[in-house]
Amino acid sequence: MKKNIYKVLPIMMMIALAVFSSSCKKDIQEKDRSEDYPALAPSNLDLNADVWTPILTASNTFTIAAPDAITTPNYLADLNEIKSYQRNLTSEQRDIIKYWSAGSVLRWNEILRELVAKHNLPPYQKEDGTYPFPSAANPLAYPLFPFSNPPYAARAYAYVSAAQYDALVQAWKFKKQFNRAAPYINDVNVQALVPKSTLPSYPSEDAVVAGVTGKMMELLFPGDLDYIQKKVAEEKLYRIMAGANTRSDMDAGENLGKQVAAIFLARARSDKAGAAIGTQADWDNFATTTTAAGNTPWISLELPKRPPMLPLFTKVIPFLFPTTTVVALRPAPPYKPGSTEFQKESDEVLAMSNNHSREHERITAFWADGVGTVTPPGHWNTIAADEFVKHNYSEVRWARNLALLNMAEMDAAIVCWDAKYFYFNPRPTQMVMNIKTLIGIPNFPSYTSGHSNFSGAAATVLGYLVPEKASAFMDMAHEAAMSRLYGAIHYRSDCEVGLQTGIKVGEYAVARGKADGSN
Amino acid sequence: MKHCLQYISRYFFAILACVAFTQSVSAQTENDALMIPKNFFCAAGLYTHNSWDKYWEGTFKRENLNLGTISSNVYAVGGNYGLSNRVNLLFMIPYIKTNASAGTLRGQSGIQDINLAVKWMAIKQEVGSGLLSLHAILNGSLPLGNYQADYLPLAIGSRSKSVGLKALINYQTGRFFVAGSGQYLRRSNITIDKDSYYTTEMHYTDQVALPNMTNFLFSTGYRSLKFNAEAVVTKINTIGGFDITKNNMPFPSNNMDATSVGAIFKYSFQNVAGLELTGGGSYVVDGRNVGQNKSFFAGVYYVFSVKKDKSDK
Repeated sequence: MKKNIYKVLPIMMMIALAVFSSSCKKDIQEKDRSEDYPALAPSNLDLNADVWTPILTASNTFTIAAPDAITTPNYLADLNEIKSYQRNLTSEQRDIIKYWSAGSVLRWNEILRELVAKHNLPPYQKEDGTYPFPSAANPLAYPLFPFSNPPYAARAYAYVSAAQYDALVQAWKFKKQFNRAAPYINDVNVQALVPKSTLPSYPSEDAVVAGVTGKMMELLFPGDLDYIQKKVAEEKLYRIMAGANTRSDMDAGENLGKQVAAIFLARARSDKAGAAIGTQADWDNFATTTTAAGNTPWISLELPKRPPMLPLFTKVIPFLFPTTTVVALRPAPPYKPGSTEFQKESDEVLAMSNNHSREHERITAFWADGVGTVTPPGHWNTIAADEFVKHNYSEVRWARNLALLNMAEMDAAIVCWDAKYFYFNPRPTQMVMNIKTLIGIPNFPSYTSGHSNFSGAAATVLGYLVPEKASAFMDMAHEAAMSRLYGAIHYRSDCEVGLQTGIKVGEYAVARGKADGSN
Repeated sequence: MKHCLQYISRYFFAILACVAFTQSVSAQTENDALMIPKNFFCAAGLYTHNSWDKYWEGTFKRENLNLGTISSNVYAVGGNYGLSNRVNLLFMIPYIKTNASAGTLRGQSGIQDINLAVKWMAIKQEVGSGLLSLHAILNGSLPLGNYQADYLPLAIGSRSKSVGLKALINYQTGRFFVAGSGQYLRRSNITIDKDSYYTTEMHYTDQVALPNMTNFLFSTGYRSLKFNAEAVVTKINTIGGFDITKNNMPFPSNNMDATSVGAIFKYSFQNVAGLELTGGGSYVVDGRNVGQNKSFFAGVYYVFSVKKDKSDK
């Protein structure tokens, strides 16, 4: 009897192992919803987008060469190139087609988010306890350029989206002017490996987006140009392999994209973001001014103490309104220490710090968007992208919608930073030592909450774009704002006032959207 | 022979909490060659303290003044039941509380995972002047709480289900022994509270694939009826995973490796049958994406027969 158990046991163990193993099998395989995005088949080609109002390039003139006629040897050679690719497509090439077919604006938005997350890391201190700053001139030396913190990221998303939108509006003009059909229409032997469209194919909208974005990245992520150029080349090849564009469509599009980028790069180089870090004198001055006004100045809670994050980002030129509006949108001062309201809010943060509910932890983590992430504006881009894929927008409408969202996010960053550095108000943890937080404390003043501004602005824009979801987006924004209180890094008024200010900024984008001719 | 068996049975259950960034807790009993006889039960209560103030960010060893010293207190209860003289069933449940001495980040606390194991002595035979045994150990863990796994370095665990298979060989001659083991541990995906995250690329999902792990152990020492002392070297290693980038936060799917050295002692009371005290410690001498943990533990075991009288038949 006893002997039996020894014989049976190895078998039992193996069965147990199999059962156990299958119970925790990795069959959930990281389902990545971005991989599941379907091929873009616009429900409306937005053929009138040539008359939509661009952001910066309304009065610019761009040139692209007239395309070869479809009977010329050059065009026939282009068609033969497509057919030669299509005859021997590898599985890797088919994967490239599947990836890019979800949409050019979408994929470049994802690439930008990825670079933001990769670069969203505060520099490590030097031996002497001071911090180095990234240098755009030497982006690959440590600390890598850029440190894509939320203001930097908000601006990057805005410039890329706005430039893509303008480039596509310009592309639509040429498309209508030259009206050359897609290769799969001109030649029955060219397969369409993406959904067919009657949109004129010269210049290619994908190449326009790749061209403008690749060029913008030279400024925004200069240390990653190898990766970016690989993606540009991959996308150009994708359209050719898919039978959707010829090489001449792609070359013309890329060229146009680069011309449009030049306009945006000129603006970016003079929008004052380059000086946003400030100097020691600037940093000291905030404290002096705040103390002189009878208030407690913010101090860095990091060890070693770190200079405040981009304090002169307040001076950056907004997209949606003049700089004077930034001051006009500045909220009323925060509650003063010693006041009843301040005490009540301070007690509430401490109470949140002691609240161990799992739901608070979940909300705080979901919206944390801190170090190493796409930042709050990036999170709202993710939310927008997940929503937009359901609507089958044309590329130009994708770009327009993301431009509205991201210009609002950048301007919300400017307005929020203005309040933060005008009031230079301490974090709750600076005032009450026993507050414990669920996330690291961002290295800038408390009033008002950046997440709340970003979320209020984003939800307002998304609610305009997708009205049936307006209240759902605003609920999310409210949750995002409150997550900062649950995490015990902000007072309630930081969140509530920030949310309201963000909504006001978002309304400027909505007003622009209503008047841009796309409706 | 009888003597030998008895003396094997009296040796017991020590907890080795290897607090890397994830707090993985394993019972020493799974790691040693000692079996409890049929129908005996060993109840264990153990306390472990872990702490570190330096960690490896990839291969870069650093401190973090915003965290200070990360520490945890682990209170575990466990048991080992002798299904037969060759098959033991084990379980352990730890409660863990973590803390950071500097900065503002809040520690986490809660019941972590239940650890279950079946230990089978497949071969036992005399070789030369000593006794050679070969064991197979199947173990698994299941999270008992809904704790937040993506909260390193203060998370109490990784909240993954795991299943592992271990082979252990032990040779004892007189009162001295040497033992070695190797384990392969398979870990399930986990769900985090975020809808996307970056590792070396973006992932648009709340699922995180944790790398599987190997665990190698070598131990040697002295065993007698009254007193045991052994030295242990362990090496845990994730198969894959990524390095923490400079000045970034740790993440559950990092490439975590740790080599530690330690010692375990046990004293058996001769006048109170079945009562034993144990204690020991370990220190991470080399690692990657883990804290340089110092750990010490103390515990009490009580071994008793669950069948009255006749069990000796």
